[in-house]
Amino acid sequence: MFRNQYDTDVTTWSPAGRLFQVEYAMEAVKQGSAAIGLRSKSHVVLACVNKANSELSSHQKKIFKADDHIGVAIAGLTADGRVLSRYMRSECINYSYSYESPLPVGRLVVQLADKAQVCTQRSWKRPYGVGLLVAGLDESGAHLYYNCPSGNYFEYQAFAIGSRSQAAKTYLERRFENFMGSSRDDLLKDALFAIRETLQGERLTSSICTVAVVGVGEAFHILDQGTVQALIEAFEIAGEEAPASEPTAADQPASEPGVAADQGAPAEHDAAPMDI
Amino acid sequence: MKLLDSTDSGNNSSIERTQYPYVTGTSVIGIKYKDGILMAADMGASYGSTLRYKSVERVKPVGKHSLIGASGEISDFQEILRSLDELILYDNMWDDGNSLGPKEVHNYLTRMMYNRRNKFDPLWNSLVLGGVKNGQKYLGMVSMIGVHFEDNHVATGFGNHLARPILRDEWHENLTFEDGVKLLEKCMRVLLYRDRSAVNKLQIAKITEEGVTVSQPYSLKTFWNFNAFQNPTAGAEGSW
Repeated sequence: MFRNQYDTDVTTWSPAGRLFQVEYAMEAVKQGSAAIGLRSKSHVVLACVNKANSELSSHQKKIFKADDHIGVAIAGLTADGRVLSRYMRSECINYSYSYESPLPVGRLVVQLADKAQVCTQRSWKRPYGVGLLVAGLDESGAHLYYNCPSGNYFEYQAFAIGSRSQAAKTYLERRFENFMGSSRDDLLKDALFAIRETLQGERLTSSICTVAVVGVGEAFHILDQGTVQALIEAFEIAGEEAPASEPTAADQPASEPGVAADQGAPAEHDAAPMDI
Repeated sequence: MKLLDSTDSGNNSSIERTQYPYVTGTSVIGIKYKDGILMAADMGASYGSTLRYKSVERVKPVGKHSLIGASGEISDFQEILRSLDELILYDNMWDDGNSLGPKEVHNYLTRMMYNRRNKFDPLWNSLVLGGVKNGQKYLGMVSMIGVHFEDNHVATGFGNHLARPILRDEWHENLTFEDGVKLLEKCMRVLLYRDRSAVNKLQIAKITEEGVTVSQPYSLKTFWNFNAFQNPTAGAEGSW
């Protein structure tokens, strides 16, 4: 995408029928660090890569609980994400107050999408620069949605957003058909593997990723570091693999312990492009 | 989504005090039974002590999953029905497979009643809200001051004093439809004898997972030939 004369504001169409500002907003999502989500019939798992800017600072919060039955993972401008999750919390609690019942996920997602659409049609606003993976449970089952800055939303079996999410998507594409029947632990395992795919050779530890889960009988919550580390070790996901230029290394499916064979190169801190 | 409120008529700066009810309905009784909820109310609306209107439907369906019965001021009930109609309409407009169940409607009504009470401008009704959704039966009540609760059997007005003792003794889980109706009729008969604002024309409504049925209006058989009522002036001296 290059600069052109139709991209100055969001209320200008290009002759090809595109709104460039909206597309630029979606670019911002692609620059954020990865977030993935996947769901089974009864559970939804969200996971994301959490890299701190320096050793001195804390991580960016990228997963937010909106209610006991809904959570969201963001990628992109995290400030926008924070504001939107406050909106989600507000909507959930207002609905609960009036109806003594949890807000159906599908409705929250539509409300979010409508809110995003408004920003694509006002000259004094800009689109939100954040993509949201909304995970939730309601009467009709477990759901995972992706909300775009464009105001579109889609339901997914599994999805990944952010930088190097394509690697995770490839992994998920191979395995998504089984997800509906997966157990909670299998979902977690797949989520961690998908996250590892986006790290390109870096060692997966619980200090650089965050995992959250919601399910039937299980309120949305973020797993604590100890639990995540234990899962990584139990599934022997940590993995090694030599430099990033080995896509074939990703072919080894979960069950082979051989994956943990060479615990080689430690994390290279300067490899990541600008992670927001 | 701003729902229009009957009090949204601009000028509310004059202090509203408690209103007086003008045209009122008497008791409503609701019970859970095997397949769902049964609700009974007579069709009378009194204007003070005059039994003025005798074909008022005081039990109405709400959406796909609920029934509402009201006692108290009939015009306020009509207002509530209008609000609920709007609520259900917006719910349907989402067109997403989700729908408001009896629990949600009950809570919405509670909020509405309580908010009006706080403004000293109550909706002068006692409401019974019952329904079935996804196999779950629900029966609740809301009063004009916002007191709300759920139970296996509820009643409003005089029904609380005359019907509930009968229900406490004779209600049980898994009543059949016929037994449920008999039980309600027993309660309604007592109310007919003892509540001066009751009329002998009632409807019984049933809601199950399949849907709502409201019966045609009918009357209860009554018996007045007790000896004590025969020749009432027999032993009395004088002209009155």
